[in-house]
Formats: sequence, structure tokens, C-alpha cells
Amino acid sequence: MTYIIKPVNHHPNLEKNALGLTRRDYEGTISTLCAGCGHDSISAAVIEACYDLSLASDQIAKLSGIGCSSKSPSYFLNQAHGFNSVHGRMPSVATGANLGNQDLLYLGVSGDGDTAGIGIGQFMHAARRQLNITYIVENNGTYGLTKGQFSATNDQGSKSKYGEENVLAPIDLAAMAIQLGAGFVGRSFSGDKDQLVPLLKAAMKFKGFSLIDIISPCVTFNNHVGSTKSYDHIREHNESVSSLDFVPIGQEIKTSYNEGSKVDVPLHDGAILTLEKLSKKYNPLDKGLAVQSLNEAEKNGKVLTGLLYINPEIKDHAEILNISDTPLNQFSDKELCPGSNKLAKVNASLN
Amino acid sequence: MSKLASINEFVIKFANVNGSGSASANQMIAKGIFRSGIPVSPKNIFPSNIQGLPTWFEIRASEKGYLGRKAGIDFMVAMNPQSYIQDVAEINPGGYLLYDSSWKREFHREDINIIEVPLTSLCVDEFQNPKTRLLFKNLVYVGALSYLMSIKKDIFIELIEEQFKGKEKLIAPNVQALEMGFNYAKKHLVDACDIKVNQKNLTDGMILTNGNNAGGLGCVYGGATVCAWYPITPSTSLAESYKKYCDQFRVDEKTGKNKFAFVQAEDELASIGMAIGANWNGARAFTATSGPGISLMTEFVGLAYFAEIPVVIFNIQRGGPSTGMPTRTQQSDILSCAYASHGDTKHVMLIPSDPKECFEFAAESFDISDRLQTPVFVLSDLDIGMNDWTCPEFEWDDAREFDRGKVLSKDDLDKMESWGRYLDADGDGIPFRTLPGTHPEKGAYFTRGSSHDEYARYVEDGEINARNLSRILKKFEGAHKFLPKPIFKQDINASSKGLIYFGSTEAAMQESLDQLSASGFPIDAMRVRSFPFSAEVWDFIDQHEFVFLVEQNRDAQMKTLMLSEGNINPEKFISVLSFDGAPITADFISESIIEIMSDKDTSKTAEEIK
Repeated sequence: MTYIIKPVNHHPNLEKNALGLTRRDYEGTISTLCAGCGHDSISAAVIEACYDLSLASDQIAKLSGIGCSSKSPSYFLNQAHGFNSVHGRMPSVATGANLGNQDLLYLGVSGDGDTAGIGIGQFMHAARRQLNITYIVENNGTYGLTKGQFSATNDQGSKSKYGEENVLAPIDLAAMAIQLGAGFVGRSFSGDKDQLVPLLKAAMKFKGFSLIDIISPCVTFNNHVGSTKSYDHIREHNESVSSLDFVPIGQEIKTSYNEGSKVDVPLHDGAILTLEKLSKKYNPLDKGLAVQSLNEAEKNGKVLTGLLYINPEIKDHAEILNISDTPLNQFSDKELCPGSNKLAKVNASLN
Repeated sequence: MSKLASINEFVIKFANVNGSGSASANQMIAKGIFRSGIPVSPKNIFPSNIQGLPTWFEIRASEKGYLGRKAGIDFMVAMNPQSYIQDVAEINPGGYLLYDSSWKREFHREDINIIEVPLTSLCVDEFQNPKTRLLFKNLVYVGALSYLMSIKKDIFIELIEEQFKGKEKLIAPNVQALEMGFNYAKKHLVDACDIKVNQKNLTDGMILTNGNNAGGLGCVYGGATVCAWYPITPSTSLAESYKKYCDQFRVDEKTGKNKFAFVQAEDELASIGMAIGANWNGARAFTATSGPGISLMTEFVGLAYFAEIPVVIFNIQRGGPSTGMPTRTQQSDILSCAYASHGDTKHVMLIPSDPKECFEFAAESFDISDRLQTPVFVLSDLDIGMNDWTCPEFEWDDAREFDRGKVLSKDDLDKMESWGRYLDADGDGIPFRTLPGTHPEKGAYFTRGSSHDEYARYVEDGEINARNLSRILKKFEGAHKFLPKPIFKQDINASSKGLIYFGSTEAAMQESLDQLSASGFPIDAMRVRSFPFSAEVWDFIDQHEFVFLVEQNRDAQMKTLMLSEGNINPEKFISVLSFDGAPITADFISESIIEIMSDKDTSKTAEEIK
């Protein structure tokens, strides 16, 4: 937000993180979404994750497209620059922003209409390029701002608020992202903060394309009996594949997962992801298995959640393009302009 | 049989089959004449095809410097039996036809001179490999022309050596083919041609290059670090030129890493989105496209306009509408760029007229876009973009600094009590902006395409929105201060008739003005180089009774733009419009104007001009 200085009044005893900041310092403006909207819980989880990681808000850029989901970046991280772009086109803006300065942490916030409908092409290519972004889809299966049309993630046979049945098969963004080579793919539920916050933290620390497809019920248009994206339906059909703990660099691993069910995944900066596999046969490092499991779950009417797939080996877009370590927006005129002597040589090559 | 005789003033045309390797041979002729010190303008007239269809290459040589396209061919090299009929018909009486006489033909024209060279037979006798035979046929006619037109053979040998630097094995057979043609002509075609090149030094200080090459180079000099683009004729080579020069000048010697990013996007929507994202972060970024790409980009253009984010868009115009004529030229995107996107939008346009201006405007466009925090269109066209032009060498002043516009630093922010992203602090309509990551506590805001107040907050208050729109208009109205001024062909306006033109029409204009003067119709001419128009443009129109507006489109788009932006009596304008996809000719301009001015029976308007 552009600023007019005003006093910040915090309770003196609020808990502080390593930067000396409280959770309140990570808040945004007051939400204008419907009371009970899943998206607000996701905003709260983002605040929690950033606070826990002691991230400096000014080093985060939050980008979105259009729709209810895309409004939500206003509601967290006031000190982070935000960019509410055009419908479905956030991935390209984020790609350009990342090319300009790969040192910032990019948080993309989108919805199912924005990502699986109008913007599916840009989403796919951002995943394919391995854009270094935490890409959150606030997935409610419906177009909320235009009052309840089906979106492309809405399940076949699911009913609209007005009783209409969705006749088309859904797009599974997580399965698609895995196929496209995204380095980190998770799915969660806005109502499960314990699962969502560690997943967000891990995604933000992951270098490469990390998608978190978050089922986030629309209390106004898609939370009724007969909908497969309602709070009740998701609670009943949620099947978590893993429990996740994010251990920042230099900290001891304290989680007490059972031996044999634990997988440690080192990230680029040395931090460790510790996973407890809740299902014996699940392995989030196995791409084929991840896709197969998602397909099976869909057949059985289950919603698989947790960290579905991770590939810690990948290079991100800036690395693939061999871009200098100094961000491109930080070079001086002299470093960018070849000057008149070199131009004389160019002239000589053209006569 | 009369023979056309001319020294250093002629048009030679090559009719080839696309994909037969003729392009580099034809280019060699153009360069050979250029290196003989004679200005040339080669034009590649090619199909939207990779192999098989007819393709032509026209070279006009003119020591007078008349480098617009000229209809009527003095010398035709007909290499494509598919197009013989139309090629032969184009030759001026007394002109020449050179063809591959390995297969003898009758051409049924008594008024032209036929020059027979058995190109295929010569190559079959000399070379073994069938593919080589085909390619060297082209070099054989280069050699023959070298003799016939008295272009020094050494120049071609030098060009071959340059072309195959690093592949030295190829030099000898190429030179051999050249010599074969030369010697054949020397033996069999003495005095066959009276069109000659006489060495001069008129191209000293000049280069032969195309606008896309120049534009890409200009982006490197202008400090662009991100090019996001999607392939589309005729703009592709601009992006490729940027990459080529970045590979030369922008790779860190120590680390081997790039001080640039070159991204082929999935479509034009993504390419402009990326360019906007990078500029939002303060990295100079551009995209290059043509008409269909502009159509796709317009939603994003509106966002950049309203959220006030710099972005540079090169539009290398081609024949429209729709897919249109992708490989032909037009100036038909004036309106689609000037008013691109929904709602009230207006955009800055720079209109270069030759490769040198493509270089200069490319470099300047980033300063202008940063200064005004708005999209800038650079409107070139296929003729400038893809054809080589004889133009002055590129120049650069090392003391020049980039104008990055009103960007607040951390120190600036620390000193400020308050700041609003869209506040008109200086009264010029241009607000101050911040870049992400500049300051830990100050300067962050939410960039948005929805209505917003001076502090970037979402508002639905119509009055606030109207205030914001008016400020953006104020910014636009002051933009001309930063833009290239019009160029006048005369020191003092002396005629009651004026002529306005722009872009690639420049090539034909001097010749046309000279023709008009010689016919007793002297006219004052002004070349418009940017939009919004400056006072000089309106003054010029004011000072003339009538103004001819020469455009390469059907609908007189520049006229429409001038009428909608200025307080002008529409009857003052008389349009001269060429939209057949071929570069406009001086003859067409002059004849159109003379016809209007001479025709007593036409409308009252024409009556009054007399």
C-alpha cells in the first residue's frame, strides 16, 4: 500500500519471530470476501507461514489474476508489493517479474476459474518453465464473483446451488502439474491449517514451480448438499498421503515420525522437508506413482491431500536461462549499454 | 533493338523459386553495388512459404539516392519458369532478360533484349553433386552480372570470403562458380548490356541493414534486459537480432552468465504479460509482434496503461486485416495501436522511417516509456523491418544516460512523510513509482487494473476514478515533449499545399517531391514521427490551404487519428492511399497528386487547389 504514516498499535506481549515481527505485521487490509469464505483461512495460513519462516514482507511479491481468489492478496502482507493483473494471466506477469528480479519470493494467488479456465495455458507453461513461484489455487469449483457458474475443476455430477448438474469431467490441476514437470505439487484443504501451513512453508522454500491446489469452499455458491467442494464433503472424503514438517537450515529435526515411514528431502538452501508417509505405498518422489494415486483416488471419490510430488533436483527458470546472479533490474547503464566503440564495429560489419 | 542505357540508375529484379538458395546470391548483388559506392534498396518479395512458391528480389540502385520501390524492371533475371509470363511482362521496353538457356524459350517480346546463359548446363559440366549444382547456379548468374554490369569481380570474391569465414573449404567452389559466370559472359556476351555500375563513393559513412536488425540492436543499447516474444512474420527477426547482439555484448566474461533474458513465450498474451511483469520490477523489457499479435495483446496494453507500467511494443506492420498478407507491407495498425484496448486509452507511438531511426527509436522508447510510465508502440513495417536499406551509420553518445523516470529509492522514501502511487505530485500528471523490494516498510502498494485512488486503493467512487483518468490524460497530453519531432523536407514553407507522410514512405518521398516540382506542383512536406502530435504538426496543417496525407492503408487511418485529435476541417485533407502490400512508389504518389491537382472536372475541392 502506498503509505500515510499511522501508528501501529500492537499488544505488547504479542509473540515475535526472528525478525522481531508479530503475526499482525504480516496482515493485510480487511477482507471483503463473504463471511466464512475458505479463501480467508488460506490468507491466515499464508500469514502464519510467513511469520513462522521470519520472511521479510518487502522481499515478497504477491501476484494474482481476477476473481474472488485474486482479491485475497490484499488481505495479507501489507508490506509486500502486489499485482492484481488480468484474468488468467498472472503466470506471465510473474514470469516477467521473476526475470527482472529472481531474488524476490513470488507468491501467485489464483482460483480455479483463473487457472483451470481462462488461464490454463499460462499456468501450464509456467509449470513447464519451472518458474520459481509458490502458486496457490484457491479452488472452490465455482465462479463466485459472477454468481455460481461451474468452473473447470467442478466434479462431474456435482450439483450447483440451483440444482443443475455438472455434466463435464473436471480438470485435476495437481495431476496436470505433475505431468508438466512442476517440481513441487501439493493439495490441501482451507479448513486444515495443520496440513496447509507446513505445506506452504515448504513450497515457499522450494526453488522451482510449486503448486498448492487448495480446496476452498465457496460458502455462498458451492457449499450445499450435492456439491463435491463443500466443507462437509471435503472433510468426509479427504485422504492425506503425508504429514509434513519443514525444518529450516541449521535447525535440528525434532519430529518424531515412526522409523521407516519417514522421508527427509533436502531443499536447495539446505533446509529439510521431513515427511511422514501416512500411506505405506506412497512415495512423493515417484512421479508415476503420484499420478496413478491421484487417478485412483478420483475413481474412488477421494480427495488426496498433502505433498503429492516433489523433485528437489530441478533447475528453476532463471537457472535454465543462465541469467546472471545479479538480478537484471540492478545493472547500471554502463553495464548494459555496449557503447560507441562496439557500435563502430557493428557499423563496420554492415557495410 | 534499342537497349536501355543507364549508369548507376536502374532496377534489377530476380525471380526465383523459394528455398532454392537464391537469397544469398541476390543479397550479394545488392551488396556488390553498395560496395561500389552506389546507394541501393533491395526488396525481398517473398511468399508465406518455405519451399516451392515463386519469390522475387528487387534491387533499385540510384546514385541520386532515390531508393523507393519503382515499378517497371530494367533488368530481369528470370530463374523461375513458373512465373516467366508475369516476369517478362514487367520488363521495360529496351530492358533486359537473363534466363537459364539450358532450356531455350521464346518470350514473345520484340522490345526487350534477351541474354542467354546456360546456367544449369554450365553447373552440370562443372559440379558433381546435384544439390551443389542447384546452389551454384545462383553464383553463376552473379558472375555473369558482374561482367555484364561492370561490377568489380573482386568485390564479390571478397563477399564470398566473408560469407564463408570459418568454412574456408566452401570459398574455392563458390569463387569457381562466380568465375564461370563471369568468363562465360566475357566470351559470349560482350556489349550485351548497357546498364552499368560506375564506382563512386556515395556509400561512405553508410550501412546496409534492415530495421529489425537495427531495432534489436537499439534495444540492447537502450538497456532492455528482457525480451519476451512470440514468433510472427515480419517481427521475428527483431527479437532474434536482440538475442544475437546480447550474445555478443551482454554475456558476463567471468561468469559466462547472461545480463539479459530471452523468452519465447507460448503466445502473444504471455509475451506482453512477461514484458509488463519485468518492467513492473524495473527491468526494461519489450516484446515484438505484428498486427494479429497486437490484437491479442490489447487487454494487457490497457492494464499497463491504467496501472501505469512501462512497456515497449514493437509492431512490425504487415498486410491486414486478419491473417492478411503476412509477407507484405502496410501501415494499417495506426488506429489499433493508438487506441489499443477497451475503455478510454491512448498510447504513445514512435514511427521510424528507416533502420537508423529503428535503432534510435528503439533505444529512446525505453526512456520514454519509463518517463511516462505507459506503453510505447514502435510502429515499423515489413518494408523497413525485413528489407535492407542504405542508411547512415548508427551513432551513440557515450555520455548519454538512461532516463529511468520517477522511481523512488530507499533514501527518497525515508525522507518522505507520505506518498501516493498515483498522486500528481509534480503537476505533470506523472506520478512517482516504487519497485518491489526497495524498502522494508514503505512504498509497497497493490498494482491493479481495477479503479483506484491516488494511494492505489481500490475504489468504486466515480469521481475519484474520473479524476484519475483525467490525470492520465494530462500525462499523455504532455508526452510530446519527450517524443521525436516531425521532420520537414523544406527550410521554409513556400507552398500553399502541404503533404504529410510517415514511416517507410520516406524512401519514395524525395523522388516524388522532385517529380512534383518538375511538373510545376511544388509541395511542402512534413514527416510525422510520433503520436501524440506536437504543436508543429498542427501548425503545419494550419499553414497550408490543403494537405495531402500519404498513407499505406485503405482507410486513411492517420487522417482519422489527426481529425479525432485535432481541431481540423476534414475537407482540408486529401488522402493518397496505397494498400496493395507493395512498398509505395514515388510515381504513384506523384501521379495521384498531379491527377488531383490537374483534374478540373473533379470535386470543388480539387477545383480550389488549382
